[in-house]
Amino acid sequence: MAGFLVNASLIALLALIAILALRLHRLFAVVMLSGAFSLVAAAQFVVLDAVDVAFTEAAVGAGISTVLALATLSLLPAQEKPHSISLVPAFLATLTGLLLAVAVSDLPVFGDPKAPIHNHVAPEYIIGSEQAIGVPNIVTSVLASYRSFDTFGETLVVFTAVLAVLLIIGGYTRTPQKPKKAKRKTKGSQNAG
Amino acid sequence: MQDDIVIRVVAKVMIPAVMLFALYVQFHGDYGPGGGFQAGVIFASAFVLNAVVFGLNKGRHVWPARYNLMGICGGVLLYGFTGVAGMVLGKNFLNFNVLSSDPVAGQHLGILLVEFGVGLTVAAVMVMLFFTFAGRTAHLRLLSKSDAHERKVSASKTAKKVKK
Repeated sequence: MAGFLVNASLIALLALIAILALRLHRLFAVVMLSGAFSLVAAAQFVVLDAVDVAFTEAAVGAGISTVLALATLSLLPAQEKPHSISLVPAFLATLTGLLLAVAVSDLPVFGDPKAPIHNHVAPEYIIGSEQAIGVPNIVTSVLASYRSFDTFGETLVVFTAVLAVLLIIGGYTRTPQKPKKAKRKTKGSQNAG
Repeated sequence: MQDDIVIRVVAKVMIPAVMLFALYVQFHGDYGPGGGFQAGVIFASAFVLNAVVFGLNKGRHVWPARYNLMGICGGVLLYGFTGVAGMVLGKNFLNFNVLSSDPVAGQHLGILLVEFGVGLTVAAVMVMLFFTFAGRTAHLRLLSKSDAHERKVSASKTAKKVKK
């Protein structure tokens, strides 16, 4: 009963924050609400015993991405332009949500040991993590050893993403000391490019 | 924010604690929740907090830009070379069993190196992203200032010409 209450209140809080973020037009408030959304989602992950995911969500979603969005906000006007609700996207989103809700009823019960996902490679990982790798945190052993290729790919994705960001806006990282010199510098780099 | 003494003092107390916690998450990831990615983000957030509270220039002074690319590339290379070491020692790419005479110790070493590579890359990427985004704001402000300055100069020149 207590678990149900916790889950229900967290989900209700998530829905409330999402609706508020949609309704508000002040961008600063929207950014802070998205951080709050991530924090509540992290709490939900803790309730679901996914501590590593919760950790990542709290650090990335509530921490760094909020700061990055705030840094971007200083380039933007404070208010979002007022816009009306367009019907087709609203219809599509509602339809997808309903289909997902129907699909959830087909999922095995949460924590069911007979669920297919728990009977494929998971037993091998659980035993191997203790015996062959000797790492108590199974998430780490799966992430770094069993699925090392995937993690390497993820690291490369982060690497490629930051290279793309640098190529697009990175030329402006150094703050020039004298405004006039900086102007000549950017002109020169544009010519060179 | 630089004038608020409460924020400055709290930040000064918090920053070393945050960095220590990041190192704990990094190297204790085998035994508790956490790992390279989370540790990298937390470590970067200490530098972001420093830059937010004490200003962008001081933040850059603490973490110069040339370390960023070194960290980003070094992390990916550390990961890749840990994998290649498995190949050199006669097994598959990213096979950690052969890194040490004992397979379990080899796995420990491999996981430690790989996680450190991920942490290094992610920390440098996050700091670099923040400085790039925030630096762009500062640059645009400077550019608009210099534009205003030039307009002023050209306006005064035309005024002088009119006088002549």
